[in-house]
Amino acid sequence: MTPARGRAASRHPRDAATDAPDLFAPAPPTGAGTAGAAPSAAGVNATGESAQEAVAVSTLTEAARDVLEGAFAPLWVRGEVSDFKAHRNGHWYFCLRDAAAQVRCVVWSRNRQRIPAPPDDGMQVSARGQLSVYTARGDMQFVVTAMEAAGDGLWRKALELSLKRLQADGLTAPERKRPIPSFPSRIAVITSPDGAALRDIIAVVRRRWPLAELVVVPAKVQGEGAPDELIAALGRVNRWGRADTVIVGRGGGAREDLWAFNDERVARTLAACTAPTISAVGHEVDTTLCDLVADLRAPTPSAAAEAAVPVLADERDRLAGLARNLRQGLTARAVDMRARLELSHRDLRRRGEQLLESRRARLEAVAGRLHALSPLATLARGFAVARGANGEPLTSARQFSPGLTFALMLRDGRVPAKATGSPELSAPDAPVSEPTE
Amino acid sequence: MAYEQDVQRLEQIIAALDRRDLDLDEALRLFEEGVERLRAASSALGAAEASVRQLVEQADGSLGLADFNR
Repeated sequence: MTPARGRAASRHPRDAATDAPDLFAPAPPTGAGTAGAAPSAAGVNATGESAQEAVAVSTLTEAARDVLEGAFAPLWVRGEVSDFKAHRNGHWYFCLRDAAAQVRCVVWSRNRQRIPAPPDDGMQVSARGQLSVYTARGDMQFVVTAMEAAGDGLWRKALELSLKRLQADGLTAPERKRPIPSFPSRIAVITSPDGAALRDIIAVVRRRWPLAELVVVPAKVQGEGAPDELIAALGRVNRWGRADTVIVGRGGGAREDLWAFNDERVARTLAACTAPTISAVGHEVDTTLCDLVADLRAPTPSAAAEAAVPVLADERDRLAGLARNLRQGLTARAVDMRARLELSHRDLRRRGEQLLESRRARLEAVAGRLHALSPLATLARGFAVARGANGEPLTSARQFSPGLTFALMLRDGRVPAKATGSPELSAPDAPVSEPTE
Repeated sequence: MAYEQDVQRLEQIIAALDRRDLDLDEALRLFEEGVERLRAASSALGAAEASVRQLVEQADGSLGLADFNR
């Protein structure tokens, strides 16, 4: 250990037995511990040099406190935490120890915010503090104002506690993730205005999708005050209300540089953002709380920009494809329509021909019957028909009188004829003869 | 962005044109709308330089955009 240099160190070698009053004297507020200075300060009315001169207990402990505080500047002490208790008054009490020794420690509630999480018993930590005396008990105690654990143990623990709370509130649930708009008009970028992250994002958006407007919302992304600035920037973006997508992030950095993005309040504010969010905390290994609550986690700011915008050239190709499909669609419909028309036409023609055919068949049938009934057919078989002067058929011998001129109709023509005598009636079998009998 | 709506409608129109039962009048009407949407979408993709602005808070708490120069 390297404490106790300085004025107190010069005292320690001194033998308390031979120089007791001085030891009990409070350390002077300033200046070197001039040996033997102000022995009367140990007590207004006592020196402690004899029973009669005994000092009060509180005088002793207060003197011891002042000496210790004067002797030790604030320093870092490492050891294992044990008997940790978070008192309901807000203070933390525990012991720091190693194999051979221990010291009681306290963290006043006002100093707790500088320690990421309460340490666990058994945790190896380094604590920065002021050695002092708890006068009411006369105990030596180490008043701790900062603490670090081996392997980021405290940060990890704080992170785990925050994560549990975020998870309990459903803020990391996958079903909560909103889709990132495909064609954003305005993208808010919450980051350091001087950082490489912003330059990368601007370059990617200019190259891929120069139609979008980038709106920088400056915020400190690391160090003291970064969480508050990030929260304020997110609040402004929400109040502005015109961002389609919000990118929040920073370029790569050491693990401790990313801590603002592990701040639970920042994560909660990000989760409450009204526009879809992309986290872009450039760290390949660590996932921050902001990564977990954002709608999309991008490994780097460039990747975030790529996720936020499409590629203009691709969209132009896509439009060209759509134009082709549109033309082909209409052409296909027109071709269809023509095919349908042709089909209908053929159909119509076929049906027309069928109709014609059936009519012709019917006509032929009628013609056949007509032919069978025609007297011409009889004539064709060698018979003749007699017709009178007016063309009336002469079918009875009685119609002929001698000298009557008439015509004989034969198969191939007409012959003028004359009756040369009276009719000779044959047997009365003909119906025409019946009326006379 | 109107571009997105135009493209979505265009895709619907193309899908509709692929239906064989579409009558010719309707097909022509859709085609004409498709051409119009295509024209709008293409002009939306016209060349532009991505502008970079900065969100600034005024003294009265209102928010506005200013040029970002870095």
